[in-house]
Amino acid sequence: MMHLPVYVSAIIAFVLLAAGSLVLPDWAMFLFAMALAKGLVCLGIVGMMRGGVVSFGQGLYYCLGAYTATLVANSFGVSDIFLLTLISAAVCLAVGLVFGPLLSSYRGIFFAMLSLALSMVLYGTLSKMSFIGGTDGLNIGAPTFLGWAPEGRPLQTALYIYVVAIVVIAGALMRIYFDSEQGLITLAMRDNELRVEYLGASVRHVMTYNYVFGALLGGIGGTIAVLALGHVDPEFAFWTTSGEFVFVAILAGYLSVPAVFVAAIILELVRSFSNLYFPNTWQLALGIFLLIVIVALPGGLGSLIKRSKETDT
Amino acid sequence: MDLIATILVDGLIYAGWLFIVSVGLTLVFGVLNILNIAHGSLYAIGAYASASLVGAYFAAGGEAFPFGSYLALILAAVLVAVVLGPLLERGLLRYFYGRDEVLNVLVTYAVFLILEDVMKLIWGVNPYFVYEPYTLLGDVEIGPLFYVGYDFAVIAAAIIVGLAVWLTLNRTQVGKVVLAVIHDAEISQTMGVNVKRIYLGAFMAGAFLAALGGALTAPMISVTPGLGVNVIIVAFAVVIIGGLGSVPGAAIGALMVGISRAASVHLVPEAELFIIYFVMAIVLMFRPEGLFAKTQARKI
Repeated sequence: MMHLPVYVSAIIAFVLLAAGSLVLPDWAMFLFAMALAKGLVCLGIVGMMRGGVVSFGQGLYYCLGAYTATLVANSFGVSDIFLLTLISAAVCLAVGLVFGPLLSSYRGIFFAMLSLALSMVLYGTLSKMSFIGGTDGLNIGAPTFLGWAPEGRPLQTALYIYVVAIVVIAGALMRIYFDSEQGLITLAMRDNELRVEYLGASVRHVMTYNYVFGALLGGIGGTIAVLALGHVDPEFAFWTTSGEFVFVAILAGYLSVPAVFVAAIILELVRSFSNLYFPNTWQLALGIFLLIVIVALPGGLGSLIKRSKETDT
Repeated sequence: MDLIATILVDGLIYAGWLFIVSVGLTLVFGVLNILNIAHGSLYAIGAYASASLVGAYFAAGGEAFPFGSYLALILAAVLVAVVLGPLLERGLLRYFYGRDEVLNVLVTYAVFLILEDVMKLIWGVNPYFVYEPYTLLGDVEIGPLFYVGYDFAVIAAAIIVGLAVWLTLNRTQVGKVVLAVIHDAEISQTMGVNVKRIYLGAFMAGAFLAALGGALTAPMISVTPGLGVNVIIVAFAVVIIGGLGSVPGAAIGALMVGISRAASVHLVPEAELFIIYFVMAIVLMFRPEGLFAKTQARKI
């Protein structure tokens, strides 16, 4: 993996993950699809984390994407997954472009809390809007794929392959972005922002880019999640949902893109099994797990792969 | 006219409650530089502890002197602070001093998750009711409006708490030492201040205030799991509006949030759930570090 070009790694990742559709049982395929969809949202947080800020409100875009897809599907009868993804992504992009420049001058706790406030505004608004379901949320029908309307196992498989494809494409693009000039400036900002500015780069621009990409990824993740679940409610924007995304981002660390999806899958597995075996203490398990990660693995899972490569991070 | 009076009174009651739950948060942040998500859990534990204690008080024949239940409420908060304060601060948080602020938020988020389930293990998932202290003070009539006397006791408690914290910080020797530690912990240490003890004390005071908020709220609500989830986010908003670490800021923040929420409840009920965050977003847009925050030099 070390020195392969991004697109080769991407193709290998796609083949490996897609092969999963042949062997995985239904429940596991659903779990992986949800984990990968959430992983997309977390990838957006990781993009911001590279610059030293953490969004505690990424549920905003996760929820916005999910609601956009649902409302478009229910009001206009659109069921094509490609079209729904595109529309949600466009809406989230637009909202991200409004808030991105505003948030780009905030750092640390203020960035975290302001992003959280925005997501809670959406949560509050949706909870009170009874004509779109209020706190009960909305249902959405099964998606179609360019006119093909599978059911049962083929539907699951198609959805899974779709998520895998999006994840691989988004992952590869983000890797390219991370290694680009802007992406490297983000890393430099983490060390010292003022120096970066004196060197002539615009910190605000880079922060805005990172935020907007996060918005886009969040929207796509939300769309896929709602299509897999068939249901959306305002909880998508609640702060504990965003907290889980941050959890995954911390577990993954900011060094590696695949680590984000591995972390997302680990979280979903832990959640499912704890729900099954000790339903009343799964938050306890999650909290202890989070503490262990913070103490024992401060660079996240990614640092395990990259430790040999990047010696001074 | 009635409407304005109603909004003001409701707003003040809500602001009093908000101040009690958020002043501890701002105090802990000011001294330890940790934005403590587990503050919400301490609030909830305070509510549970007071429900149990007040229940036990009446079970043990407290009917003879029902006002003693107020002492039970405060005692519950003290217990929470004495047991959990040292446990969390000495056992966990002290290993994270000086680390990244956002990382510390995550550490306390982990504590929050753990305590959420610990509460379920201790108190189960069924609701607790302790209505007795709520009805003891009778009703208050303001013009055509009726209010429960207890609500005004909460405002009084908020004023007492605020004055006590402010006077302790600004008019006592201990307070001066705390302010010195806030300013520069390292220099204070070299001047002979026991910084560890100040940290522990500040965290225990914060835990006490969180638990007191919960304890005072318990008689007004049914104490159920998930109590702390919403409280902490509202308290964050208040503290951020006022400027992290500022006690007067928390008071102003609580008033702003309290009155805007009361206004929205009566005028635009749809906006009730998000008005708090809306106020916070507006304030941060004009004062990026909150109303009373100290300006900080950027490090080169």
